[in-house]
Amino acid sequence: MLEPHRDYVLRSVEERGVRLIRLWFTDVLGNLKSLAISPAELDNALSDGMTFDGSSIDGFSRVQEADVLAIPDPDTFELLPWGDPKAPEARVFCDIHNLDGSPFAGDPRQVLQRHVQAAHDAGFTFYVAPDVEFFYFEPPQPGMPPVPIDNGGFFDLTTNDVTGDLRKQTIRTLETMGIPVEYSFHEDAPGQQEIDLRHTDALTMADSVMTFRVAVREVAARNGVHATFMPKPLEGVQGSGMHVHLSLFRGDENAFFDEEDAYRLSPVAKSFMAGLLRHAAEITAVTNQTVNSYKRLVPGFEAPVHLSWARNNRSGLIRVPIAKRGNPLATRVEYRSPDPACNPYLAFSLLLAAGMRGVVEGYELPDEADANLFEIDDTVLEKLGVGQLPQSLADALAVMERSTLVQEALGEHIFEWFLRNKRIEWRSYKTHVSAFEYGRYLMAL
Amino acid sequence: MSTPADTLLVVPEPVSPDLARTLDLGGFAWKAGAADEPHDADSSFAGAIVDASVHPDAAWSFLRAVRRGDDVPIPVLLLIGGGQLDQLEHRDELFDDFCLTPFHPAELEARLRHLLASEIEVHRADLVEYGELTLNLETYQAHIGGRPLDMTYMEYELLKFLAQNPGKVFTREILLSRVWGYEYYGGARTVDVHVRRLRAKLGEEHAGLIQTVRSVGYRFGQSRWDP
Repeated sequence: MLEPHRDYVLRSVEERGVRLIRLWFTDVLGNLKSLAISPAELDNALSDGMTFDGSSIDGFSRVQEADVLAIPDPDTFELLPWGDPKAPEARVFCDIHNLDGSPFAGDPRQVLQRHVQAAHDAGFTFYVAPDVEFFYFEPPQPGMPPVPIDNGGFFDLTTNDVTGDLRKQTIRTLETMGIPVEYSFHEDAPGQQEIDLRHTDALTMADSVMTFRVAVREVAARNGVHATFMPKPLEGVQGSGMHVHLSLFRGDENAFFDEEDAYRLSPVAKSFMAGLLRHAAEITAVTNQTVNSYKRLVPGFEAPVHLSWARNNRSGLIRVPIAKRGNPLATRVEYRSPDPACNPYLAFSLLLAAGMRGVVEGYELPDEADANLFEIDDTVLEKLGVGQLPQSLADALAVMERSTLVQEALGEHIFEWFLRNKRIEWRSYKTHVSAFEYGRYLMAL
Repeated sequence: MSTPADTLLVVPEPVSPDLARTLDLGGFAWKAGAADEPHDADSSFAGAIVDASVHPDAAWSFLRAVRRGDDVPIPVLLLIGGGQLDQLEHRDELFDDFCLTPFHPAELEARLRHLLASEIEVHRADLVEYGELTLNLETYQAHIGGRPLDMTYMEYELLKFLAQNPGKVFTREILLSRVWGYEYYGGARTVDVHVRRLRAKLGEEHAGLIQTVRSVGYRFGQSRWDP
């Protein structure tokens, strides 16, 4: 580790009177974990890491090899803008290592670092910009359906604009934490918001998504509102997705741009898209990891269902947005199935792995599907060779299990643990008898 | 309190007519202050002249308060009577130079100029200032309009490089190589991402400190060629 980076952190803690440093890391399912230390421990933590019992973290060590090390990444040191200004707190993201210093196989952040490095070795920098959707609800009552805090619609400026204020506060918080926001607006459903982040390299963006989810919840909670990233919290209206805009740069050149091409897409962009399309079903269990995720991926609610691509058709899995003023730097592809409840480190890892597989093996991109696929019969689509995303978590897990791409990309430890954990989730869902079944069967059968 | 950075603080009040005349003739901007008042903004003065010949105890306790502050101490010229020289013992840290009073105006002026000149150099080595922006290179802290700026290390380094070279236009490539070093592989877009973050942290009012020079790169502050 470079001395000045460390020095900077230590001096900032001293000068700003920071009382508590939160060491942040992420479990396999994408939950943020925090280990708080006092300033006196920081020097030691920066040089040797902090030991903790990994067996208490989902997807980390097995019990017999319980202890792991959290080693802070000093470049991610930031003061937290919420909490008591008289007793400031800071956070720093950590990489998890085994006690012998080797990278710990269950650490999602290092999985992404490995993929970013591999892309770099091939000459590419991977840029990501997510559009994150979420809902604001009244504080939930046990057993009751969630109540949206407003009845606004797409781009609505509601009169009693509580949500607008919340969004403004959230954006200010994000900006002070170095997370630039591109757009924000009221989405289609009541209480639903969208905040679009500006592109950055994939690792920084995965850290930013973790921070984003905490910041949104913090700001909402301080205003007595519950913010949720649940993919489909309300029946009958659209769910929350996290579309991700992807591009590869070779130095300062956008490797996705080709002026000569009718679509302005380079061969790299096309084979990257082909890789995403061909492996989409295999990576869906990770980009959409809950039982509830699949209730969003249905026709009629702006969510993708079909494994297709188009320039301006929002029913497909991949959209190629028209770049403003034909700006070569803005050429990118938008992958539309992920939801904001995913683990961003693992999701970005698999998107990069699937796309790069297409680039390395020179996959052919299928034709653009410019019709609205929702209106075409499934059997017709099958004849056209347009497949579908998995229909349930169980389907997605079955496809993932057979995928050598996902197995290699996640590593044996995470691959195995994830499948095991998610199967348990599916089994426990299967035993649940829903309101749908009572409504449909109780009287009739 | 907005005191121009070149103003001297003269303590205590009232200032003797001889001293006032010497300072005025020497072209120094100055302001009188009482010895028993808290001077929170003392560090915004270029220096202080403290007359210990009348009320020595009040003068010493004032100087101790000034030197106890967190900020970089301002240079202090002490005025004392010939019979007070023994009071200087073990108080070296409280003043930078002294002059016997009644003083010779030319001597006082010369000592003052020498003191301010040498202090300005020391000052400059640790502090980078531009308008309302201050970077303390020793403590890695930055302030804008009195408000502390929270930055990551690389944001700080970029701002430091820009603020040390105001008015110059840098390409993204130059910024990348000087601030990140050649081994960094993020590409020049990294610079854009960091500039965007810095502008957000500087706040709307000061975001214009970092200007985009179309199809070239970035410039900090005003160009020397701008009107």
